[in-house]
Amino acid sequence: MTFSSYLFYFLSILAIYSAVMMLISKKPIHSVLYLTLTFFSIAGHYILLNAQFLAIVHIIVYAGAIMVLFLFTVMLLNLNTEEHSPKPVFVKLIAILTGGLLMIVFIGIFRGYDLAVFQDPALSQIGLVKNLGKVLYKEYLLPFELSSILFLTAMVGAVLLGKNEQI
Amino acid sequence: MITFTQNLQIIPINFYLVFCAILFCIGVTGVLIKRNALTILMSIELMINSVNLLLAAFSAYMNDPAGQIFVFFIMVVAAAEVAIGLSIIVVIYRTTGSIDIDVLNKLKW
Repeated sequence: MTFSSYLFYFLSILAIYSAVMMLISKKPIHSVLYLTLTFFSIAGHYILLNAQFLAIVHIIVYAGAIMVLFLFTVMLLNLNTEEHSPKPVFVKLIAILTGGLLMIVFIGIFRGYDLAVFQDPALSQIGLVKNLGKVLYKEYLLPFELSSILFLTAMVGAVLLGKNEQI
Repeated sequence: MITFTQNLQIIPINFYLVFCAILFCIGVTGVLIKRNALTILMSIELMINSVNLLLAAFSAYMNDPAGQIFVFFIMVVAAAEVAIGLSIIVVIYRTTGSIDIDVLNKLKW
């Protein structure tokens, strides 16, 4: 057991605990805060994989932008109340059973899997900003530019939907 | 490429596979048990994140930068998706006064 494996276990248990708490908590605002905790522990996982660019982008985009949007919606619509009519216990039990069966299937698939040749992630340099930037601007320039059009479309769509008048 | 003693110190890729499978299944369960549209959107975000982490893990273990570039693009699409999804939820709240997804059962017909 090395330090990085202790860190791996700690971050995994934190992520799973806060993801489960997100489902259990009754108020939407608690769910949002627990999901933010999950996102921070996933960012820790990215740092553990030496993917520093992804870790920073993950914190900026998810914890900084998306969760603020969620919090803003919860507070703007004054939705911070418990669910009026939660699903019956029977339906919840079947849903949990379905999720558990899916997990058993996944673990059964992945059990015998192992990479024949692999690199120590702590030594790989590909996750650094310098190397990823070179790849992004040389080989993936067209998708990068197209994603800006996607953003523009999403922005126009969000403004159009948010306007309080008939379209 | 890597000897056995070095191999013991590295976290196996199976651990990432199992961890991401557990997170994904928590997201699926969340979509199934919740009625609040906001919480369902958050569960979908959780599923996207677990797949992203697995893609980045494989990219780091195989020493191939393409995986991390794809994770970056998935994050871009997820940000756009959340903006549109939340504005749709706001519109639903304005028209029906609730974000319970069972209010929307007329979409079935």
